[in-house]
Amino acid sequence: MSEIEDKPASAIEVTGLVKKYGDRTVLKEISYEIGRGQVAALVGPSGGGKSTALRCMTALESFHGGTIRISSAKLTPGAGGSHADEIRKLRLVSGLVFQSWNLFPHMSAVENICEAPVQVKGESPSKAMDHAKELLEKVGLSHRATAMPRNMSGGEQQRCAIARALAMRPEILFMDEPTSALDPQRVGDLVELLQKLTTEEKLTLVMVTHEMKFATELADRALVLYEGLVIEDGPPKEVLESPKDPRTRAFLGLED
Amino acid sequence: MKRGSWVPVALTALAIGSTSCGPHESSALARMRAAGVLRWGGDVQGGEPYVFEDEANPGQLTGFEVELADAIARELGVRAEFVQNDWSNLVPSLERNSFDVAMNGLEVTPARADTVRFTRPYFIFSAQLVARRDDPTVTGMASLAGRRVGTLSNSYSWDLLNQSDSIPVSYEGTEEPYADLEGHRVDGVLLDDIIASRYGLVRPSLHLVEDVDDGYYAIACRQADEDLCDAIDDALASIAQSGELRRIFARWNIDADREERLASWTDDDTRAMLLVREHQSFSSHHAMLFVEGAGVTLFVSAFAMCLAVLFGLGLALARMYGPKPLSLLATSYVELFRGTPVLLQLYVLYYGAMPWLRHALDWDSATQYDAMVAAILGLGLNYAAYESEIYRAGIQAIPPGQMEAAKVLGMSQGLALRRVIVPQAVRIALPGMTNDFIALLKDSSLVSVITVVELTKRMTISAVEVRSWLIPGLLCAALYMAMSYPLSVLSRKLEERLARNP
Repeated sequence: MSEIEDKPASAIEVTGLVKKYGDRTVLKEISYEIGRGQVAALVGPSGGGKSTALRCMTALESFHGGTIRISSAKLTPGAGGSHADEIRKLRLVSGLVFQSWNLFPHMSAVENICEAPVQVKGESPSKAMDHAKELLEKVGLSHRATAMPRNMSGGEQQRCAIARALAMRPEILFMDEPTSALDPQRVGDLVELLQKLTTEEKLTLVMVTHEMKFATELADRALVLYEGLVIEDGPPKEVLESPKDPRTRAFLGLED
Repeated sequence: MKRGSWVPVALTALAIGSTSCGPHESSALARMRAAGVLRWGGDVQGGEPYVFEDEANPGQLTGFEVELADAIARELGVRAEFVQNDWSNLVPSLERNSFDVAMNGLEVTPARADTVRFTRPYFIFSAQLVARRDDPTVTGMASLAGRRVGTLSNSYSWDLLNQSDSIPVSYEGTEEPYADLEGHRVDGVLLDDIIASRYGLVRPSLHLVEDVDDGYYAIACRQADEDLCDAIDDALASIAQSGELRRIFARWNIDADREERLASWTDDDTRAMLLVREHQSFSSHHAMLFVEGAGVTLFVSAFAMCLAVLFGLGLALARMYGPKPLSLLATSYVELFRGTPVLLQLYVLYYGAMPWLRHALDWDSATQYDAMVAAILGLGLNYAAYESEIYRAGIQAIPPGQMEAAKVLGMSQGLALRRVIVPQAVRIALPGMTNDFIALLKDSSLVSVITVVELTKRMTISAVEVRSWLIPGLLCAALYMAMSYPLSVLSRKLEERLARNP
């Protein structure tokens, strides 16, 4: 059990993160920490940097300054050196559900879920299959195990993508705009599912969203990113209902 | 006969055939006399010792046929004038009145005797069997039963070989059969003595085994020009009887005892020479050979396609995901193989690279498979360049989110390519690959230049044998269709599937 003792107290620690696209600096030395088991929402206007921050934390983008620690994986600017090892560590402790889910279209739901445990972790197919069935049940997709992604609804694809990410038993789950492709009535189901997962699996959940109601219902922490800076950080109710910063008020459409 | 194939000659000659002989106001002989010039067609390119440019006097022609033409013209009281014409088109050009007669090593073969009016022969050649000095097993034609013997396709020697028990291997040029003999790809070469001495016996490792049969070079006139043909016959007779003919041969080092027959040659001899063997008609025997040829076409195409598919995938991946030098190498490969003719690639592979490799490895067994291996390799390596482009387009069509999803799940790039990207790209590439396979089926006819007898080659051989292009042509087309149509249906089905489920 030494592994657990070694784990830092917080799940995520971002320090002085700088990201540029050409001459444009989109993240301006931002820093934040997210505790274990927390559900954090990154909100803000488009172009504020929330999606870029997510892509940096999941190592889909390199960055230019600062450090990112995801559990025990330490990401640094650029590539090379111990980079590959750290990214490998990152992949083992975290998962990501994409905005458009990005299921593998040539595999059925259950094959999508078993793929990484078998191919990456080397789990036996039967063990992976048992786990996959368990996860499908948890996300309410047992009856769609053999369905191909093209025959699944958006909500089903999303739940399959969540199960696929969970199959690698991550400590931290990232989600990009989870509500953007869902019918409004389906959002409630998603909130319910994610609440269940975070309590049962002790997941740390970090999501990028522009839907304030969703963030308020689910998250216990909201960070507002505005022009590459974190301008608010606190419980969602406080941040979103009575923000201190006038820019947040403007973005939320709250008139003084 | 010197080089090239008889096929285009026969094809065009038969196509023009009887229609070209329009009404003649005056006889050919009268017109020639009136003009004061005997215009004779030949090809100076590679024409030694027949007719070629004199190295000592650039612009001047020389050769034993030049001297002979001058002698004939003198007998006829006119002047000889040479007309340059591509050798393989001599007969059609003769039919088109480009010149009065054609004289350039034209062998008297039954197929040719059907299309032109031959004079008496002016040279008796010997079909000579040449073999390797270090191969004591070759003692004559009989010793080559079941073994591979090279010659030029549809030549006199080709006819001889087809009547023998050996396996005829057909070539398009005069150097190649002897090169292959040295390379152990054939065990003997049967060709005219002039070719044998110029191209074969100059190679120290080869020697003359035996003179197999006599054949004749004669002057070709148009079928309608009977009087001109007779006049030239008389002129030839007098040149032969005076001994001038053999003096010409002696000057060119091509004289032999057999030429003595020319001095006492009679019209009966000419009739006997021209006595056409009974026409072969298209039979079930030919049809079986066609099916066999289709089998060779399918065999070569299928293996070449397998190679192209696998190697092409490697090229595409190296280009898109490989380290810089490898990517550059793959790009250069694709450009090189797409930018040069596949015919050239086949030549270089079969006559250049493979003999060199065999020499370097000091390995000379199983040489009889060289042509087939070169055919599959050559077409496969060429098509790999095209397949790689199809895959590249297929891979580029996969949304980048797929690679990101695989990476986020912890897959390495290689694993992501193998499990996620390539399976999807192949699905996109399949219709294009199927179309390429159809193209490959047809391109496989090119391998006949490296002695593989596939469907098209079989058709041209049979067409000359039966003197008709209609039935062999139609059967050949039907067999190609039978192979390509199912593929084309498959390709359409795959495209429809892709359109339904992108």
